[in-house]
Amino acid sequence: MAVYKKTYRPYEGTLVPAWRRFFAVPRYAIEDLHRSRFLNIFYIATFAYPLIAAIIIYMEHNLAALRLWNADRVAALIAIDAGFFMSFLGWQSMLALFLAAFIGPGLVSPDLANNALSLYLARPFSRVEYVLGKAGVLWLLMSLMTWVPGLLLFAYQASLEGGDWAAAHARIASGLFFGAWIWILWLSLLALALSAWVKWKPAAGALMFGVFFVAAGFGGAINQVEDTKWGLLLNVPNVVGTLWVWLFEGDHPASNGGVFFRLDQSGVIPVWTCWAALAALCLACLYMLGRKIRGAEVVR
Amino acid sequence: MDPVIELDALEIRFGGRPILKKLNASLTGRAIGLLGPNGAGKSTLLNTLMGFYKPHSGTARVLGYDVRTRARQVRGLIGYMPENDAFIASMTGVRFVRLMAELSGLPPEQALERAHEAFFYVGLGEVRYRALETYSLGMKQAAKLAQAIVHGPRLLFLDEPTNGLDPPARARMIQLIQEIRDRGDLTLILSSHLLRDVEECCDQVLILKDGNIAACCNLEEERRANQRFLELETRGESNGCFLEALERLGCQTAQGAQGRVKLVLPEGLEVRRLYALADEQSVQIRRLNHKRDSLEDIFLKAMEGPDGGL
Repeated sequence: MAVYKKTYRPYEGTLVPAWRRFFAVPRYAIEDLHRSRFLNIFYIATFAYPLIAAIIIYMEHNLAALRLWNADRVAALIAIDAGFFMSFLGWQSMLALFLAAFIGPGLVSPDLANNALSLYLARPFSRVEYVLGKAGVLWLLMSLMTWVPGLLLFAYQASLEGGDWAAAHARIASGLFFGAWIWILWLSLLALALSAWVKWKPAAGALMFGVFFVAAGFGGAINQVEDTKWGLLLNVPNVVGTLWVWLFEGDHPASNGGVFFRLDQSGVIPVWTCWAALAALCLACLYMLGRKIRGAEVVR
Repeated sequence: MDPVIELDALEIRFGGRPILKKLNASLTGRAIGLLGPNGAGKSTLLNTLMGFYKPHSGTARVLGYDVRTRARQVRGLIGYMPENDAFIASMTGVRFVRLMAELSGLPPEQALERAHEAFFYVGLGEVRYRALETYSLGMKQAAKLAQAIVHGPRLLFLDEPTNGLDPPARARMIQLIQEIRDRGDLTLILSSHLLRDVEECCDQVLILKDGNIAACCNLEEERRANQRFLELETRGESNGCFLEALERLGCQTAQGAQGRVKLVLPEGLEVRRLYALADEQSVQIRRLNHKRDSLEDIFLKAMEGPDGGL
């Protein structure tokens, strides 16, 4: 065991730049998450769908392989198009919701539960950096299961189809990237805001699902009672699905959203209202975070 | 000496209610005590100095940096031990302190080494791998001190460091604070409502009352000055001659009832000379007290003022 002098001595070494200090927060959080066996298994399992999607793309371009399975007609049934990638994104995004509901509540609440936040913020470290550091954990993990494999699949398909296909379907790549980030940003803000306000982790996790399913049900009830379509703005999967369809297919959509993010057939809401609804939800989450992430409580 | 903290008409309001009322002070001590009853504004002042609260008007400077505009630089120079529990329950002590060191800018390897050192220094070396939630109150206080000093700050804010400690743990905490102070590498700001803590650790004191400065004095100077004030209780027939002899030595004297004498010794005159003089005058000195204007006296006087002014 190392022997340490039992005396106080000032620190005279070098300091790392401010941008490197920032990474301490996500690094420690990821180390904590890595200890959970369930989370590790779940996270590895989330890569099953990208693997299957890669196999499908491979099969679609290798009729010889399909013939081995007497399934050469299947190739005609599988279309590697915007719908294929949107379904991929929808499936992975739903898994990202489970991931956020599992790890999100544990990111901020432990710091608030025992007033550790004042110790973070008593250092040359701002509230924004704290939130970005905590959100960075979710961004990293969710990126690795959504747009990163999505773009790899796109690149794989492009390598098999050729440059012309890639050029003609460039909107899919941008849709994968921006569509995933819309979801990731909103989900991470919601997870952090709930984590800051609800200290009991299971309750915070349940609330995340509540925002999706209860709010969607409430929106549906509004539509029925008021005979309107604006209740769909409370239906987060519908709002996100609308944006994805626009991102993937522009103003002339051929599909109705990804799996779990299908557009509601009861009405179509303008894309700009979906942007506005999502922005309003993000601002609400930021407000909630701003109220809680403080070095010291203001007792009025 | 450059001031450690300057308060320049500093006013803090919460919800329109003034909490700190246009404070003006310049603190230059090596160990500064913030005293005041509960609710006087001590913690609010500390939080403002760290940039947690924005001044409504006026400003404060810490080591020359304005807290309004340079709060980040200020926080880079300080270590903070808060009043309440402050830890991450599931973390081990050493990992928690290492995280805090890294946030202060230490490279990870240095942070780990300093975290171990800090834990040994505060007497928690043997429990550094235990989760913080399993620590006793005294251990949590020590862990808070460890995280406050791990990065070697220039200014250490200690908010009620002996809160809830039993007498041995309190003595240990005070000893640690005195050791840190005596090394002279940093300046201490100790906020407490316990006069004894401040008296044992500080050389300057700022007393707050209802958001005002009730007193600001240098305890060292007070102590030195008090060494020259004496109260004697004498017996003997020639008391008057004794007083005259004292005055010939340069003492200022005042005679009280029943042989009591108050006097101020001139510089250079040793107390033992008084005994010799008493012997010459056939006077017995039954009691000799240094009139020590203790911190308690200063505090009580400050509290008697109508709006805090001495």
